[in-house]
Amino acid sequence: MSTHQTTTSSLHGMMAEFASAEELLDAARRTRGAGYRNVDAYSPFPVHGMDEALALPKSPVPLFVLIGALAGTALGFGLEYWVSVIEYPIMVGGKPFFSWPAFVPVAYETTILLGGLTAAISMLMINGLPMPYHPVFNVERFSHAMTDRFFLCIEATDPKFNREETKKFLEGLHPYQVSEVEE
Amino acid sequence: MNNADSNRALLEGAQKRWLTIGVAGALLCAAGGFMNAEQFFRSYLFGFMFWFNLTLGCLAGVMTHNLTGGDWGIATRRQLEAGMRVLPLMALLFLPILFGVPKIYEWANPEHVAHSAILQQKAGYLNQSFFGIRAFVYFSIWLTLANLLYKWSGELERNPSLAIVRRMENLSGPGILIFFLTSTLAAFDWVMSLEPHWYSTIYGLLFIVGQGLAMLAFMIAVTTWLSNRGALSEAVGTKNFHDLGKLMHGFVVLWTYGSFSQFLIIWSANLPEETIWYAHRIAGGWKLIAIGLAVFHFLVPFFLLLIRNNKMKSNILVKIAGLILFMRFVDLYWFISPAFNTNGLGLHWLDLAAPVGIGGLWLATFYGQLRKRSLAPLPDPFAEAEQAMERA
Repeated sequence: MSTHQTTTSSLHGMMAEFASAEELLDAARRTRGAGYRNVDAYSPFPVHGMDEALALPKSPVPLFVLIGALAGTALGFGLEYWVSVIEYPIMVGGKPFFSWPAFVPVAYETTILLGGLTAAISMLMINGLPMPYHPVFNVERFSHAMTDRFFLCIEATDPKFNREETKKFLEGLHPYQVSEVEE
Repeated sequence: MNNADSNRALLEGAQKRWLTIGVAGALLCAAGGFMNAEQFFRSYLFGFMFWFNLTLGCLAGVMTHNLTGGDWGIATRRQLEAGMRVLPLMALLFLPILFGVPKIYEWANPEHVAHSAILQQKAGYLNQSFFGIRAFVYFSIWLTLANLLYKWSGELERNPSLAIVRRMENLSGPGILIFFLTSTLAAFDWVMSLEPHWYSTIYGLLFIVGQGLAMLAFMIAVTTWLSNRGALSEAVGTKNFHDLGKLMHGFVVLWTYGSFSQFLIIWSANLPEETIWYAHRIAGGWKLIAIGLAVFHFLVPFFLLLIRNNKMKSNILVKIAGLILFMRFVDLYWFISPAFNTNGLGLHWLDLAAPVGIGGLWLATFYGQLRKRSLAPLPDPFAEAEQAMERA
């Protein structure tokens, strides 16, 4: 425990707990409306419209998947071309060495393979996962985010964050409970 | 003028417009029939098959939605039902094909059969009377399914109850199964038998996927048209078009998957009695059409539909749907016409007049059916049924 830190700086943020997805969505909209920017929402299932409510930036994952998938096509097709035409040309069934229809299934599979791997890996990287420690778990009731409760956290890094006022603001949203999140 | 009145005026206007086009097209076709009966029947089969596929696609759409639910079907329910209600017209329009069998199908020509041992073997199935009996059975099954489902959804609207929902589900499950079987056989009978020596087991599925694709594209087109004119509830919006766009994207890929599977297997085996089908379809100008199908029935719509915005904005999505409907025409033409024009592209003016004429009559009937019930999207049967149970 360092002594030179002020109390505010050892705080990760202020968290409010809600009973339903609708309340969480409404709270997220009003928090954005009040000028807070570093806000995150936690729910047991994806809440439709949350991206817009939190004004989250567009995910770059689809673009990465497209690039990964097209790379997979090129790699699969290129491998088949290199093997069948350049390095080991073997005549099969009297067909030309470059028999592209036969290349399509493998190229298709490598497209799906690299596309899928890119989706999973880039999603994990962008989310900063795996993440062995996150301050929100210091709030005991946060385990309910896995089952039946909805949480909104205003982070201390927000320029508008102020321990007292932010707490008062969150209480004004009529949550079930407001708690401080220790760093 | 209130909303119901303006809707009625809108649909009546559309109905009259399409009826005029339909009657004009039918007269042109009749004139063409007197000039060249053989060409008339061939073009007529092509025009008939396109609109028939759309009709069956609507029937399959209603049954699928009964089983799966989903907002896409709630927003398009009335349009799907109206599409499936064109079936009696299609049964009527099938009659000319029945009369034209000797002019259309090689297996009905005794001279050809006398020279082919295979056709003699197949004569037990491919003969005129059994062809007619089968068509009668198919249409009876489809009409029964469509009439029952339409009647029950009317009951559901007047008096929501879980019993009706269950009844619709219980018919739709076996209904889909029977639909797949009868649709496959109809595709075999009416189109695949144009080249009676050739067969492909995936052929029926290709037609069914085409039916689903045409249905989705048509639903996007007609729903956008209605919604831009304020005829639909405000609940029909971005999310519904996004869903329909995603489904259409899936069907574009499914069409490609099926079409390429058939090609790859036949290309790999390289047997003359199988490759002849593709040989006819890449002869001369047909090759351009084949390449055009790969580009405009797969590549272009596939990449356009990858972009999220293109699926959510109905005015962009409707243009992609238009391209797909047009390519459905082209694909079907490429399936049917090379059977008669084996040496290269042979476009006759009747090939345009027949689909326009039948299409006019189809759309006039469609808008007439759409007028019969409120355009309000079908209430979610489950939510409605639950509310009804709570009230009781």
